[in-house]
Amino acid sequence: MAMKILEAQNIIKYFHDPVSVQVLKNINFSVTQGEFISIIGKSGCGKSTLLYILSTMDTDYEGMLYIEGKSMKKLKEAELACVRNEKIGFVFQFHYLLNEFNVLQNVMLPGLKLAKYNKQEVEHRAFEKLKILGIEKEVYKHPNQLSGGQKQRVAIARALINDPIIIMGDEPTGNLDKKNSEIVFDIFKQLSEEFNQTLLIVTHDNEFAARTHRIIEMEDGIILKKD
Amino acid sequence: MKTRLLVQISYSLLMARWKQTLVAAIGVTFSITMFITLLSFMSGLNDLLDGLVINRTPHIRLYNEIQPTKKQAVELSSEYKNNHNFIHSIKPKNELQQIRNSGAIIQSLKKDNRVLGVAPKINLQVFYNVGTTDINGIINGIEVEEENRLFFFKDYVTQGNYIDLKNISNSIILGKGIADRMLVNIGDVVQITTSKGERVPMKVVGFFQSGLQEIDKIQSYTNITTAQKLLGESNAYVTDLQIKLKDLKQAPFLAKEFASMYDVEAIDIQTANAQFETGSSVRSLISYAVGITLLIVSGFGIYNILNMMIYEKMDSIAILKATGFSGRDVKKIFIGIALSIGVFGGLLGLFFGFGLSFIIDNIPFNTAALPTIKTYPINYNPKFYIIGTIFSILTTYFAGYFPSKKASKVDPVVIIRGK
Ligand SMILES: Nc1ncnc2c1ncn2[C@@H]1O[C@H](COP(=O)(O)OP(=O)(O)O)[C@@H](O)[C@H]1O
Ligand SMILES: [Mg+2]
Repeated sequence: MAMKILEAQNIIKYFHDPVSVQVLKNINFSVTQGEFISIIGKSGCGKSTLLYILSTMDTDYEGMLYIEGKSMKKLKEAELACVRNEKIGFVFQFHYLLNEFNVLQNVMLPGLKLAKYNKQEVEHRAFEKLKILGIEKEVYKHPNQLSGGQKQRVAIARALINDPIIIMGDEPTGNLDKKNSEIVFDIFKQLSEEFNQTLLIVTHDNEFAARTHRIIEMEDGIILKKD
Repeated sequence: MKTRLLVQISYSLLMARWKQTLVAAIGVTFSITMFITLLSFMSGLNDLLDGLVINRTPHIRLYNEIQPTKKQAVELSSEYKNNHNFIHSIKPKNELQQIRNSGAIIQSLKKDNRVLGVAPKINLQVFYNVGTTDINGIINGIEVEEENRLFFFKDYVTQGNYIDLKNISNSIILGKGIADRMLVNIGDVVQITTSKGERVPMKVVGFFQSGLQEIDKIQSYTNITTAQKLLGESNAYVTDLQIKLKDLKQAPFLAKEFASMYDVEAIDIQTANAQFETGSSVRSLISYAVGITLLIVSGFGIYNILNMMIYEKMDSIAILKATGFSGRDVKKIFIGIALSIGVFGGLLGLFFGFGLSFIIDNIPFNTAALPTIKTYPINYNPKFYIIGTIFSILTTYFAGYFPSKKASKVDPVVIIRGK
């Protein structure tokens, strides 16, 4: 039986500004190793909010979150940063690449921070990841010299650098055109199939979702259907 | 490894905004330059003014004050122990100001290894005769060579050769002020009247200028043996013993010791010149205050540039945090930027400060009051450079601290949601 790598139990989230609103109402679900999951739902139903909680960036919630069986509830800010560094890879709608660094350095940064490998090894691994994503020719360019699709692929390479147990994406194709969206989806699919990478991707693109292993549908802060 | 990564990130962020950071660094450079220059100059000036006094003033002066015996004979007598002595306002005996047994005291002091040297001196009240008027004055009878060794006598003899005082009998070196009043030149003979009413001709062999006009208007110098002759005293007659110590700070303590040991009056330089100390410390205080104010102003420059940088780099901070950099790491990155500005600017400041001091040190500065000074005075004390370095690092650290703290508190969710 495959391992549960992430589990959410009774997650509740309120926003208090300007008025108290409950945006997540008792969310329960788990992710097992190797799954390719998409979260869909209308705009404003709480998908991003949930993803930020699952990614440990948002700590202001009720309920329990387990990553590899370990509760994230009591961890300090620096410990959570380590969890994100080592175990989670992120892809957002916007690429968030650092313009002061070239493509290679951008991909290397989380790897250097983890310091599991030395600089040469991290560089070598960054090359490999960029090769998987088909942008090994752009390594010495700066982010502002790349197209939107290329930037997003660099962001995916950066998410992969530490071999995370899960990749989380918040509408990673939201800013891309049809063709580039297709490329990004194919990359996710390849990661899932070839490398058995676990992926949890928020999307509003139903066509995209339909091609994943499992669809979690949300509405007004609750999960409608988990497949 | 980890620190190196943070340093590298600091460096990259800094280089991306190198123009602004350079301006901030120049602010630090400017203030450190001024700090160093100001303190070196002020301190040089202090040394000069102190030197005016300290070089010329004995660290301890032994003398005899004419005063009635403290314990009258009648009080010591056991016969009259129970009686009341009603004689008051007692007058001193007709005794000279001389230090008794001066020869032995000099020998003993010269053996004392805390003492650098002893120069005997005779103070002589005289009148300088200018036509029919007499001007009040003092002639110092000195041991010329010893006076020069200990108190740099030569430096103050602006005209004529100081050693002539020793070689030419009945010679005198006049204060510049009194010489001007008497309208004499070197080689002329002046008339002086001693306190005993004798009129003596003396040959002028030089002029001296102490820098203190009040002194130059009254005092003159002659050889000690000439002075003894003028007074009609033996060659053991000495009124003052001027002592120079190896360590100036010991003066108050040793003054007490010598006073009781040799049964004479003793005054130390600190007591005699308390006002100079005060003047020096006030001048130093002002220079420090100005220097530190400049540094604080440059600190605000750094504060501004960092705040701006953090505002611009919100996205970068958010993604660094999302990908595993902790708040502390982010703080270190920005503190690193602040400190590099401080260290770079500060080092340049030390360099320029030295340069500017050096330039000032070579600007001619001639004043009649200070015959030995040819250029503006500068004190190149390494202390100022160390203090400058410490202050530049401290101010930039504090200037960077609050913006960095702000950066460390950036919530990545808020930033990422905003896109
Ligand atoms: N910082 C916030 N303060 C108050 N309400 C918020 C805040 N962020 C999001 N919301 C609200 O929470 C709800 C869920 O938002 P979000 O998770 O971004 O939706 P989705 O990603 O599904 O479009 C929305 O109604 C939104 O208006
Ligand atoms: Mg969203």
